[in-house]
Amino acid sequence: MTAREFFDEELRGLQDQLSELCHFAQRALDRALEAFETQDIQASQEIIDDDDKADLLYEEIIDNAIMIITKQQPVATDLRKIIMTIRIATDFERVADFAVNIAKSTIRLGKRTDPSMIGVLTNLHRMYEISNQMLIEGLNAFKEEDVKLAKIVAEMDDEVDRLYGETIKELFNIHQKNPDHINYVTQLLFICRYLERTADHITNVAENTVYLVKGKHIDLNE
Amino acid sequence: MSITAELRKEMKKTTNELSHIEEPAQKQIVYQTKELNLWYGDTHALKDIHLDIYENEITAIIGPSGCGKSTFIKTLNRMVELVPIVKTSGEILYRGRNIFDKTYPVEELRTKVGMVFQKPNPFPKSIYDNIAYGPRIHGIKDRKILDEIVEKSLRNAAIWDEVKDRLKENAYGLSGGQQQRLCIARALAIEPDVILMDEPTSALDPISTLKVEELVQELKEKFSIIIVTHNMQQAARISDKTAFFLNGEVIEYDQTDKIFSTPKDKRTENYITGRFG
Repeated sequence: MTAREFFDEELRGLQDQLSELCHFAQRALDRALEAFETQDIQASQEIIDDDDKADLLYEEIIDNAIMIITKQQPVATDLRKIIMTIRIATDFERVADFAVNIAKSTIRLGKRTDPSMIGVLTNLHRMYEISNQMLIEGLNAFKEEDVKLAKIVAEMDDEVDRLYGETIKELFNIHQKNPDHINYVTQLLFICRYLERTADHITNVAENTVYLVKGKHIDLNE
Repeated sequence: MSITAELRKEMKKTTNELSHIEEPAQKQIVYQTKELNLWYGDTHALKDIHLDIYENEITAIIGPSGCGKSTFIKTLNRMVELVPIVKTSGEILYRGRNIFDKTYPVEELRTKVGMVFQKPNPFPKSIYDNIAYGPRIHGIKDRKILDEIVEKSLRNAAIWDEVKDRLKENAYGLSGGQQQRLCIARALAIEPDVILMDEPTSALDPISTLKVEELVQELKEKFSIIIVTHNMQQAARISDKTAFFLNGEVIEYDQTDKIFSTPKDKRTENYITGRFG
């Protein structure tokens, strides 16, 4: 194996670790939403307990990236790829944190049903679906260095933002009509915020992909 | 557009366009090469080189072995003509005057353009005499003036403190890094305008390399420096502009930051990231 082939192998290894972290975050988000929708307290607690794995994966990526930089002294696209991997790993790790936050809110909500919340719950589910798709496509865009796909991912965030605004308004209305629902409404507000922030972090992944390919900073979060 | 089509389009650009970098008007050009071609017998070693090299800057020349970078800098002081089978065409304007002009005295050119080589090559003389050698040839006999030149040159080459108490000792007793800085001091002693450096740190240990790099950075305040280097990080660390040579051609010439972050030509990217060479 030539030195360059060995370096490419190391870069692939780093990408595999990033994919693993992304898939972990995606699974955590899946499980958090399911636990929230089925009001499964035990499953929520498991998500919280599992979060150490995301932290560990994240730390491994950072350590590995620093070791590659030290050994290979990369430049140009190689260097950008490693630095962007570090940044994207931070975003994925945050997504896993949001899954934990959703699980914590689910535990605080306890078991209760409220028919007036149907619209809100539908919106939250839709926000989750879009974020989930953004997560998968965001990783693909980065791996394939696909600027077009990165821009599509960033555009998907607009719909999440719209749903966020709509849901917040509806939750305020519910709160005004039923002030005694304050705890329930607050937890749903939190969950809505966590999903919106998740989509924002994946938009960062898209921006980092554009930077990787073009070497230019572009704000896709506007 | 496919990568191949883009590459082809890029290759179609004239070398003239590639060598042109937007610079503030006050920046003086010290060297300008126009359609410079060079042959060693039948081997076409430099092909249509157009480069503008600016005053008080460090210009790095990078490229794989045999790409013509050493040939290029040896052409800038006409040292390459020492090889009998060399033929050249085109122009090299140094401060606006064509150095290939028959009336251009080569001695004057080499007084203005000093050179430092890959391996330190001190004369088998004392440290003092190494530095005083050039000025003496230029007719300076006054001991006091020579003392001043020796001290100033050694100070400028950041080696004065290490050798001031042993100026009469043989230069061969110095370490490799010290010998190389001595050679730089020797080049400075004749007060050149440009210093050409052909892989000046490739035979040095990392500490001596950093010392020479620091020195080169300081020297650009007073001189224009053209440095051939195989060390990508060195070019990225110290130079203002970088020219990438491949098979006798300038593939890309730009601000060093650009070359090492977002090179325009795929071949440059492949070279600096170690995909060939």
